[in-house]
Amino acid sequence: MSEVKKIATRESYGNALAELGKKYKDLVVLDADLAGATKTGTFLKEFPDRHIDCGIAECNMMGIAAGLAATGKVPFASTFAMFASGRAYEQIRNSIGYPHLNVKIGATHAGISVGEDGATHQCNEDLALMRTIPGMVILNPADDIEAKAAVEAAYLHKGPVYLRFGRLAVPIINDNPDYKFKIGKGIILREGNDITIAATGLCVWEAIKAAEMLEKDGINARVVNIHTIKPIDKELIIESAKKTGKIVAVEEHSIIGGLGSAIAEVLAEDLPTPILRIGIEDVFGESGPAIELIAKYGLDADGIYKKIKKFM
Amino acid sequence: MDELKLKKAVNEIRKGIVTAVYSAKAGHPGGSLSAAELFTYLYFEELNIDPRNPKKADRDRFVLSKGHTAPGLYATLANRGYFPVEDLKLLRHTNSYLQGHPDMKHIPGVDMSSGSLGQGISAAVGMALCAKMDKANYRVYTLLGDGEIQEGQVWEAAMFAGHRKLDNLVVIVDNNGLQIDGKIEDVCSPYPIDSKFAAFNFHVINVSDGNDFIQLNAAFKEAKETKGKPSAIIMKTVKGKGISYMENNIEWHGKAPNDKEYAIAIEELEKAGEALCQK
Repeated sequence: MSEVKKIATRESYGNALAELGKKYKDLVVLDADLAGATKTGTFLKEFPDRHIDCGIAECNMMGIAAGLAATGKVPFASTFAMFASGRAYEQIRNSIGYPHLNVKIGATHAGISVGEDGATHQCNEDLALMRTIPGMVILNPADDIEAKAAVEAAYLHKGPVYLRFGRLAVPIINDNPDYKFKIGKGIILREGNDITIAATGLCVWEAIKAAEMLEKDGINARVVNIHTIKPIDKELIIESAKKTGKIVAVEEHSIIGGLGSAIAEVLAEDLPTPILRIGIEDVFGESGPAIELIAKYGLDADGIYKKIKKFM
Repeated sequence: MDELKLKKAVNEIRKGIVTAVYSAKAGHPGGSLSAAELFTYLYFEELNIDPRNPKKADRDRFVLSKGHTAPGLYATLANRGYFPVEDLKLLRHTNSYLQGHPDMKHIPGVDMSSGSLGQGISAAVGMALCAKMDKANYRVYTLLGDGEIQEGQVWEAAMFAGHRKLDNLVVIVDNNGLQIDGKIEDVCSPYPIDSKFAAFNFHVINVSDGNDFIQLNAAFKEAKETKGKPSAIIMKTVKGKGISYMENNIEWHGKAPNDKEYAIAIEELEKAGEALCQK
């Protein structure tokens, strides 16, 4: 697989902002001393007057973003997922969510694939936290193409959006002419009748590979990419459950409150269906190279394959 | 400035505050009353606003960072013509647009939702920054409680405002000296307040009596003339000002008067109003 082109979605975020900045004059970018890591540096170089470094003060950054939105800007407030959704949770809830201000939160370094920095910086809870805020849209793109599309869709959407990006370079899977990104609409990547694997973010690639492994055992898996965690694509989930009878959710996030929970909520009420949630099992992460951690916590193709075999 | 006109206005606003809190059977009269002159001065004298066009683009902005004193803001907005004074009786009622804390989505004239202490100042800083980026002339004002400045976010915002030299921003601290658990210097002293803001590169203006329009007038004039720095107006006020039994009494931070207490309050304000008419 060495020929597959890889790029981290945080890079895509930075590149998309620099590109969209030319088209949309009211787009401004905020950082909290992490512009180098959130990859907004290209935007800063192109539009120094529209890049605001707030220093290491995420709560204030969210408030400033709210004020900028209230006076007509479309701010993208950028920092690590941990500090956006965790430290500044209440600022996002009360200063952005409650008044439904047009702020976009660019949360990079989500999940365990942060790697060596370890548990303090590996945010496995952001989807759960953000899901509870009324009116919040949550996007978790799977690759470079989807990430760039998500940034523009977020800009065009009126209201708060939480965008989740990763640090680890991930393969490009959406480079086909039919690809279309629509908020709230999942994408069927592979057809199958035996089980549905609903994956999000960097787990989409691993899910595709796991489906290929399952095929060799005679199990045909449908693979769907759920890039929008909220509003969740109820229609596709129910249709998949009807078609395949079983659903597996795969995410680089706690099994509590993220994609697995969202799917379980939909099905428990509308169409009770056996569900397997694959994610981080209510534990903190640890230091290590990202690829090794993804394997250790069972989120690589091999781990997904084994869990699904057991579940079948 | 027509001081008598402002004094008459603030007396009506005080009636609005006690009536709203009495009708809600809850709310925060103490800090609303201590800042009543400030609210009045801003909306009747200082701000470039138009109640018939609450969203006009070049208006000055006001963010009530100490959002629990919404009755003070609402009574002022109502008396300034943003919505009927009669509606103040709907404060905190189910299905009313007058929420317990400021709600910009539903209340005409409210520029920012607030109430969780420490957050409003950041939004005000963002608005002032936007004016600078757009080379617009509007100014941004935000009112903080002296207890509120115990929140760390206030100083994150102050550092940013000072760093960015936002001279279109005026931060006002209502130094009435009391918070829920007692005197601010006993709970967790924020003193000295003025030198803290000075250290964050603000131009600081101390007002010895923030319930006096003449002093407020001088302070806001000085703030407007200050270039290259945001201004901080630290004003000493009396919590519960204007209602005898509420003055400097921490009990009235967040409770509503009963029927008898309400009658006394209105009687006192009626008398004060009559005295002003004799002038």
